Amino acid sequence: METPKTTEYALIGRSVIIKGELTGSEDLYIDGQVEGSIELQGNNLTVGPNGQVKASVNAKGVVVQGKLEGNVKASERAELRKSAVAIGDIATQRLAIEDGAYFKGRVDIQREAGKFDAKAAK
Amino acid sequence: MAPAAQNFMRLFRGSSSGSEQNPSTHDLRLTRRSSGLVEVSKLLPSEQPLCILDLGSTSAANIRYFTEGGHKIYSEDILVASSDSSLAIVDEEGKPTLDSKRFLSENLTYPAAHFDIVFCWNLPDYLDESLVKPVVGRLWTVLKPGGLLLAFFHTREAGPDAPCFRYHIVSNDTLEMHPIEPRREIRRGPTGAVHTASGERFRLQRVFNNRHIENLFRDFASIKFFLSRDNVREVLAVR
Repeated sequence: METPKTTEYALIGRSVIIKGELTGSEDLYIDGQVEGSIELQGNNLTVGPNGQVKASVNAKGVVVQGKLEGNVKASERAELRKSAVAIGDIATQRLAIEDGAYFKGRVDIQREAGKFDAKAAK
Repeated sequence: MAPAAQNFMRLFRGSSSGSEQNPSTHDLRLTRRSSGLVEVSKLLPSEQPLCILDLGSTSAANIRYFTEGGHKIYSEDILVASSDSSLAIVDEEGKPTLDSKRFLSENLTYPAAHFDIVFCWNLPDYLDESLVKPVVGRLWTVLKPGGLLLAFFHTREAGPDAPCFRYHIVSNDTLEMHPIEPRREIRRGPTGAVHTASGERFRLQRVFNNRHIENLFRDFASIKFFLSRDNVREVLAVR
């Protein structure tokens, strides 16, 4: 995957190391190292192939191509590409995992609020 | 051709054995009916979401299968975790072994009585000797009373080169089997040169007989054997 243009994403490049809380109201592409927490409610996070993230994540969509260690809440969708190494629990509506991805943790598929849930209705 | 090799080839040609080959793909894909899975599947139409542990390599199919049923699934690749070279130690007799205490401090760290179902697949056949009993002991602990553990054991006829398969659940009685390929690791050395290393293929470590299996699961309330024609014994243990 090509590195996106900086006008489409906020970009954390390969040589950048960040420790702390990251919050934002735009999409974020991480190809460096981040440790802490990442809050992007309503926006998307991509961990690039060189990205190493050790953080809890809260975003709309999460795509992992590198390494992500931490619990993930993706309100819409989470994707683990074939080069992904994801360790932690994933709570999302939809999860896509490519062959070759490594995942260790719990998967919790959360239906969109308001949609009929047969189990909850009983 | 020796009988073991004939069985091995029959497995891939898919004749009257328990497995069938999908002829439409170049990749090696086998399917097999699983009596153990049929038994486990009886639990799945459950009022309460079940808590399931899958100990094979990451399987999108298995995750999808259980989450669509409203269940919670945990995935942990114990075989890959056991191949961590930093686990290698020397025992009191000077023989190389793996540090099972450290292994269990970093893996299978779940609350007691947490899971309704554990899918062990072929893990005991391919796991290092020093880890088999400790891992089964830990699985007993994390299973709920009455919880089920499904494991597959090769018979002697499978031969020492029996490939290590990943099992993907296709339906409530059918598994698709993919051979596990060595993981390619790409590292950049200190000079910037890129090195590609190929991990080792998982090799069959031992063949359990029925008594060994009974001994391995002696802390479980009951065990049931299902013998199939593809030289695999399925064992369903009840905690």
